[in-house]
Amino acid sequence: MEKRFASIWFRHLTADWLALRRPALRNMSFVLAEPVHGRMVITAANALAETQGIHAGMVVADAKAAVPDLQVIDHPPGLTEKLLEALGLWCIRYTPAVAVAPDGLILDTTGCTHLWGGERPYLKEIVTRLRDKGYDVRMAIAGTIGTARAVAHYGKAELIIDSGAERNALSPLPPAALRLESDAVQRLRKLGLHTIGSFMSMPRTALRRRFGPELVEKLEQALGQADEYIQPLRPIPPYTERLPCLDPIRTATGIEIAIQRLLEVLCKRLAGEGKGLRQAVLRCYRVDGKMVQVAIRTSSPTAHAAHIFKLFALKIPQIEPALGIELFLMEASKIEDADPVQHALWGGMPGPEDAALAELLDKLAGKTGIHKVSRYLPDEHHWPERSYRLAVSIGEKPVTTWRTDQPRPTRLLAKPEPIEVSAPVPDYPPMLFRYKGELHPIRKADGPERIEREWWMDKEERRDYYQVEDEDGRRYWLFRSGHYADGQPQQWFLHGFFA
Amino acid sequence: MAVLTEDKRKLIGQLQKHLLRWQGFKSPENSSESIGLGSVERAFPNAVFPIGSIHEFIGTTPEQAAATSGFIGGILAALMRKGGVCLWISTSNRLFPPAIKHFGVEPDRIIFIEARREKDILWALEEALKCDRLIAAVAELHEIDFNQSLRLQLAVEKSRVTGFVFRSNPLRVGNTACAARWQITPLPSESDAGMPGVGLPKWGVELLKVRNGNPGYWELKWSAGQFIPVSKPAKLLELPMRNRKIG
Repeated sequence: MEKRFASIWFRHLTADWLALRRPALRNMSFVLAEPVHGRMVITAANALAETQGIHAGMVVADAKAAVPDLQVIDHPPGLTEKLLEALGLWCIRYTPAVAVAPDGLILDTTGCTHLWGGERPYLKEIVTRLRDKGYDVRMAIAGTIGTARAVAHYGKAELIIDSGAERNALSPLPPAALRLESDAVQRLRKLGLHTIGSFMSMPRTALRRRFGPELVEKLEQALGQADEYIQPLRPIPPYTERLPCLDPIRTATGIEIAIQRLLEVLCKRLAGEGKGLRQAVLRCYRVDGKMVQVAIRTSSPTAHAAHIFKLFALKIPQIEPALGIELFLMEASKIEDADPVQHALWGGMPGPEDAALAELLDKLAGKTGIHKVSRYLPDEHHWPERSYRLAVSIGEKPVTTWRTDQPRPTRLLAKPEPIEVSAPVPDYPPMLFRYKGELHPIRKADGPERIEREWWMDKEERRDYYQVEDEDGRRYWLFRSGHYADGQPQQWFLHGFFA
Repeated sequence: MAVLTEDKRKLIGQLQKHLLRWQGFKSPENSSESIGLGSVERAFPNAVFPIGSIHEFIGTTPEQAAATSGFIGGILAALMRKGGVCLWISTSNRLFPPAIKHFGVEPDRIIFIEARREKDILWALEEALKCDRLIAAVAELHEIDFNQSLRLQLAVEKSRVTGFVFRSNPLRVGNTACAARWQITPLPSESDAGMPGVGLPKWGVELLKVRNGNPGYWELKWSAGQFIPVSKPAKLLELPMRNRKIG
């Protein structure tokens, strides 16, 4: 998926915050200042002060000389970072990956904007909400972090840049938009390079030699030629638990204890988040540098530690500790939302979704000697082998009903077995047939039931089925394959046994 | 006179119950429920089909296997009347799921387990019988010895799951701890007068062994979702030879 990033620039972050706290300051020009080398230096100014020519970096005494009624307020240390973090956490409602940049926020909006109906409504929503709060913000969305930031700070018209259009968007912007060090910016200005476009297509080696590697790196990152990563405020931790051991573990009991400890922590976290695992992997790192792993899967999402332990307990014999295991790593590789159903509610007759039953089936499926645990649902095909299909999940409900309008044998042979018959009259059931050397004279018969092959799926002949009963009362399902042709013997098969 | 016999019968019934109790037979709590087997149920202690025990079925031919599957299906339908799930464990599934619907069981409420070896089938059956969320578990096997059947019987006594063990072609029938040993054979169907074609499924149901009960032979047919006893023709009375063997 194509990556998209949004950059939010708070133009007067601390000043806006202060104005919110002290409404009296709203119509005054005021600055925040902190002592630097014995002088009070302005760190932030509000919009009104900025119109009077005061900007961050000025000394308070100079500013006071220019604007005598300027209010000076001490800058609390760490205020900017605290505010940005709080705003970043508020922004997690828009995307799970929010990072703090020096004077704003970076949002990884990949795959999030469609929930607000596109990038434009998404951008409008965030900007409106932040402005309503009283913050003066500018926001831009682009395919790279660098371009989004540059456009948010210096962009004139379009605030949403399509991926691939970074070059055009960047070229009219000043070099400072690339977040360069101030001396590199000054050197560029001295050389008459006032826009990014004027040096964008210069050879990279020349740029690196004159302005240092930083310029080239920032340029490449902004153009999407180099990767740039953000450090999310709330990282999404994987469902992994580690258990290092002081002494190498070599016994089954030791492995059991390790699994129990890992599961305890993992399941507590899963249960707290309302999730359950479907697959889990246990990796055992051995002293000799090798790694052995076992995996389990469950039929429904579960966070029941005792049950998962039982599944792993079946696999413990497969773990070969050799000289000893020094690190256990448990990873829940597939997670699903667990239904917070109260299982004890139907104590009487549980359906297939019952938790205890699901645990039994997981246990059976985990055993090495058992190769199939299946449940069947009706399928809309006449062809007997296709009249049922495997259920996808344990709780899947049948869409159609099971048909009972035609007789079907309780036991069906996986492959129809050829028989010898004596059938003198066409389209009549045979008089007798020979199966595995035994002769069966037929007393009663029903049929034929013609089942056409599904020509779009296979190339088998059509079948004419007969339900027959021999003189001992044994009931069979026979069919004749294909239709009558001149001089060709008909092939008959036995396909099943009736109750 | 008739009153006297009635009294006597009651007395005999009471005495039988006492005897069973002294022999250590515990009657199940929900003893009143019938599963529709009619006169066959009278062969069991207290005339109740033992739910929560192991039933052993013996068959040698695939035709008998088909008949037994149908018969078990009929019993399962009665057991699963109130919902629930059952397990069908075998080496390779030969049961045709859509057909079991003819016997009143929803095929999607059966979970089929396939295992490679008999040992694994037994393991799976024991695990299933320990789970009280199941109604029943059916296993298809060849051999089962006394100790293995005892383990199964002990498992069901706690969980009240009904276990069915179908032994096709056993080398040695042997002695088992099962509550009953059955043999089902297909019999010629009876069609209504003048109607051509194959009639309703009909079986010869033979109880070879019943714990604390009386073995016997019955003929049943399956009609409209229930077992219907067939009036026994006179010549069949001498059929169950095995039951005569005493001592």
